Amino acid sequence: MSAAESGGATAYILHHQRNLANEPARGIVDFSVINYDTVFFSVLLALVFFGLFWMVARRATAGVPGKVQNFIEIIVSFVDDQVRDTFHGASRLVAPLALTIFCWIFLFNFMDLIPVDLLPLVARGVGLEHLKVVPSTDLNATFAMSLTVFVLIIFYSLKMKGVAGFIGELTLNPFRAKNVVVQALLVPINFILESVTFLARPISLSLRLYGNLYAGEMVFLLLAVLTLQGISALAHFSGWFFLVLQFALALVWAVFHLLIITIQAFIFMVLTIVYLAMATEHH
Amino acid sequence: MNINLTLVVQMVVFATLIWGTMKWIWPQILSAMDERQRKIAQGLAAAEEGEKELSQARDKADAIIREARERANQIIDHAQHRANELIDQAKGAASSESARIVAAAQQQIELDTTRAKESLRREVAGIAVGAASKLLGREIDARAHADLLEQLAEEI
Repeated sequence: MSAAESGGATAYILHHQRNLANEPARGIVDFSVINYDTVFFSVLLALVFFGLFWMVARRATAGVPGKVQNFIEIIVSFVDDQVRDTFHGASRLVAPLALTIFCWIFLFNFMDLIPVDLLPLVARGVGLEHLKVVPSTDLNATFAMSLTVFVLIIFYSLKMKGVAGFIGELTLNPFRAKNVVVQALLVPINFILESVTFLARPISLSLRLYGNLYAGEMVFLLLAVLTLQGISALAHFSGWFFLVLQFALALVWAVFHLLIITIQAFIFMVLTIVYLAMATEHH
Repeated sequence: MNINLTLVVQMVVFATLIWGTMKWIWPQILSAMDERQRKIAQGLAAAEEGEKELSQARDKADAIIREARERANQIIDHAQHRANELIDQAKGAASSESARIVAAAQQQIELDTTRAKESLRREVAGIAVGAASKLLGREIDARAHADLLEQLAEEI
């Protein structure tokens, strides 16, 4: 709907792809840049999550629960079941971690259901040129989560298996030999294979989430292109037609997307539990 | 699209959020849920126990009522028996009393009759003696004799 710059659809979409940052990035990795919008919305959503759950946790009663407590307990017991099914070790961290991941990512993704131009329009009203409201469409946010999980995987592996056990797991699988010399030759091959598997975990975690949400947002943007001409297009019949078409398609996509954002949050959570379970279990 | 300082900031935010959830949210909610589960289990067990106790108490009450009814029947039987006994006793006493009274009355009558006969006899004898003496005192005087006899007969 936003008339954006006069560059048409390409400019409109590119405009929506840019974060609100302190300065333009030089190169693909630049640690002098910070994306204000991602940080702002993720902290805001963290506060929403923490505020809601903390409010309930503070007054959690073992008696008859209220409606809000009931809702929170459904989520908590759902997460708890997932953790109990997969993770058999004793850990005070895994279940709260899984709950945090599920809720936070769900809230990230839920921002995608807010009409794509609504918040950027408000932002422009207060003088901010770019605004990306969905933190999970920013690689920094998804990688931050997957790298934190990755650090925890390494930590748990070292804690449960020791340094030798961890290195052994990376070098003595999948090829084994009884002969020491042959085994020594197999170690580098094993290491290459295993480290690819190992490193693929955080990368696949973050890219899967990022890709799904990026694509979802892109569909909303493409639908918005239908009415890019703005109010002036409504003078013609085709303008009205595209308006209705955008509304109908966006509605269908939003309903479908509701499924995707939940599933993506769920997948991230379950895979995190699985990876941590693998890190703590001996084979 | 690039990797930048946001990554580090996000990791810090994420780690803080996990820590907060671990410390202030998860244990509280889960302990409340466990507590409730325990309470419900206890409640169900107590309900079952109560039901069992109720049926036991009902059995006991039935037994007591049955016993009481038996006892009451016994008492009633006993009382009836005793009443019959008393009535019989009273009847016996009354009939013996009446027999006694009748006997006493008869005796009295007999006594009175005897006494009357005695006095009559005494009088008759006196009269007879008087008449005889009168008879013996005078010579046979048909007329006087006849008068005396008539007098005697009248007097008897």
